Amino acid sequence: MNVASLADKSIVTRADFFAPSLGKRLAYVAVFVYLVYAAATLGLSLDRIEKGVGYGVRFLAGFFPPNFTETDIIPGLLESLQIAFLSSLIGTALAIPIAVLAARNLMPVWVSWLARLLIIFCRSFHPVIVAIIAVKAVGFGALAGIIALTFASIGFVGKLLSEAIEEISKKQIEAVRATGASFMNVIAYGVVPQVMNRFIGFVAYETDSNLRNSTMVGVVGAGGIGGTLFSAFQRFDYNFVAGIILCIIGLVMIGEVLQIYVKRVFR
Amino acid sequence: MTSASLEMQRWIRFTPLQRLARFAVFFVMAAAVAWALKTIEIIPEFLYDAPEQVVDMGSRMWPIDWEHFWPAVWPALVETMHMSAMATILGLMMGIPVGFLAAGNATPFLWVNLIAKFILVATRSISTLIWALFFVAMFGPGPLAGALAIAFHSIGFIGKMFSEAVEESNRGSIEALQAAGATRMQQIIMGYWPQVLPTFWSVALFRWDINVRESAVLGLVGAGGIGMALNAAIDLIQWQRVALILLTIFIVVILIETIVTQIRKKVI
Amino acid sequence: MSTLSIKHLVKEYVPGKPVLKDISLDIEGRGITAIIGPSGTGKSTLIRCVNRLINPTAGEILFEGQDLAKLSGQPLREARRRIGMVFQEYNLVERLTVMENVLSGRLGYMNAWAAWRRKFDEADIQKAFALLKRVGLADFANRRADELSGGQRQRVGIARAVMQSPGLLLADEPTSSLDPKTSVEIMEVMRDLAAENNIPVMINIHQVDLGKRFAQRVIGMSGGLVVYDGTPDGLDSDILKKIYGGQDWLAT
Repeated sequence: MNVASLADKSIVTRADFFAPSLGKRLAYVAVFVYLVYAAATLGLSLDRIEKGVGYGVRFLAGFFPPNFTETDIIPGLLESLQIAFLSSLIGTALAIPIAVLAARNLMPVWVSWLARLLIIFCRSFHPVIVAIIAVKAVGFGALAGIIALTFASIGFVGKLLSEAIEEISKKQIEAVRATGASFMNVIAYGVVPQVMNRFIGFVAYETDSNLRNSTMVGVVGAGGIGGTLFSAFQRFDYNFVAGIILCIIGLVMIGEVLQIYVKRVFR
Repeated sequence: MTSASLEMQRWIRFTPLQRLARFAVFFVMAAAVAWALKTIEIIPEFLYDAPEQVVDMGSRMWPIDWEHFWPAVWPALVETMHMSAMATILGLMMGIPVGFLAAGNATPFLWVNLIAKFILVATRSISTLIWALFFVAMFGPGPLAGALAIAFHSIGFIGKMFSEAVEESNRGSIEALQAAGATRMQQIIMGYWPQVLPTFWSVALFRWDINVRESAVLGLVGAGGIGMALNAAIDLIQWQRVALILLTIFIVVILIETIVTQIRKKVI
Repeated sequence: MSTLSIKHLVKEYVPGKPVLKDISLDIEGRGITAIIGPSGTGKSTLIRCVNRLINPTAGEILFEGQDLAKLSGQPLREARRRIGMVFQEYNLVERLTVMENVLSGRLGYMNAWAAWRRKFDEADIQKAFALLKRVGLADFANRRADELSGGQRQRVGIARAVMQSPGLLLADEPTSSLDPKTSVEIMEVMRDLAAENNIPVMINIHQVDLGKRFAQRVIGMSGGLVVYDGTPDGLDSDILKKIYGGQDWLAT
């Protein structure tokens, strides 16, 4: 019985595997040729790899023992946390109405089109690029980091939430509308219950991602531990670099555990 | 009335324990935000000044310096595209094995799972920019360092998606293979791989889309691509060129996203 | 005066191709009026035009002294509060509890803030419990709607509609997704609840036998027109032929 079903399965996969259409084959070949070409442009050479790996080994040796004693780590990490919290809160608060406006099943075409454009704009630029611009606009410090990550949050939560709203069942909304409920009540009873679970997932992921990014925007002067890390790098203080990186990893891991707990509470 | 009230039933939406848990979460969140607002160092003058500064910056960006495109921006853009494509392939090559090692059903050794999971979290926690600092120090400035940086950062995401897909895959066909005496490697190739193939395509496309965005910033630390052009323009305070580069990034990102959506619709 | 009076109702989804061609109907007092007819003849459209889930192209829908066809905004929502609706696929909000679904029948009377915090009137809550007991789901109040079977969901759907204290109950093929036995049970629940609360019922139904068994009046529709309007006993095979066309299906 088992063997028979196994045989069936392997026949199917083989047939699938060996009989792609001509177009597909050409696409595969084209992708492969491109990759070889792209690899060539990176300037790989054996000599370079050998040297690089040598440096890498020296790096890793320089990391030990990691240095946690410096008093710069805690304030930097705390500032990263502040940036992550505030940007997640502000970003989500702004993303909710924008996502509702962007949902094509709730809004007229021109409204959703404008809101989608705003979301695309926020999504297109990496937080670090926004951070550079923000640093130029509001100066060095945490504010620039908050602005940068708020932009990213609007883009991320706005996009996913508007897609989640567009996928909800119209039947449930129809039923709530039929009771004579107002628009806001239709949102509260017809839309929110259908997207709440996914929304919590998006926000949890967003906070996680803001936490990781808040440790990075400091490299361009937008506050947080990133600045400390960058300067440690520049003065070749690799023990300190290792200490900071381990702290960041620890922070992100704590965040992931908290995330699981919060999702369970709201399930 | 009195007889009715005797029969009154209470309706509460959550049990007391659920209420307590929800309240705790909200309380902690509110406390965290309050703490952050209270202690964060923001210079108010900077905040009030911001709108004026933004307007000023915008006015200096106009007119856009189109002349700059072919000599400087286009080659950098091509480099960015190469970098992100290589990074995606490398990331898949490294992330997929780790993903299989992290999945409890494909690799039934708890300590291997834990180590693999740690690798996934660690690679993801270290941002691309920091990976780039390492690789620039190792291999010198240029797109090689950039491609490696993005590839190492993507291990976490790719591996996580894969280990989740593997853990959700159907037991039946794996048991059939075990019954037929397949080795672990054969089980992975014949049993799990066909089941996670859709995940492979969607993760590859999704990550490529992200990696294009990522590779646009790596030039800031010397790791090649359009970020280097951006950095140069900002350092030289050439705002009209900055505007051109930002516009280019915007258009490329939208194009890529459109392409990815189209491929997804057709393939998956 | 009749409860609901539909006059010269026309609905065109595509201009020039009417789905409903000049429908005129009066629904009186109480009891069940069943609408039968082949698929695609506009039964659902007719029902949905009454509470304006679909906007009619022309005609009048007189209900409690108002022309529903002309209402919009707040007056329309207030009119909808007086019309309960039971759906083919139950249309419960699946992630809410049974109790929340039943209480959502009162949403038309609540502001958004109270609705969000689930601050329903104590009287409404007691009524909801009584209704749940009446439809045989007393122990299900805190279960989530997506945990229920089809028949149970439809019972909740009926309770939600009755919760509105409506002056008219619309039902759009309420039994089409259910097995024959459950279908009969649901029809019984609906008939009894409507009778107890003095609510006239207008129901679309696929199964002719169910319509004949439960309705006091049957309306046969074909091609967007009313072709029969009378008692269930008057439905002979000639008329069924006129409604559904052909005759092979009648021979058993």
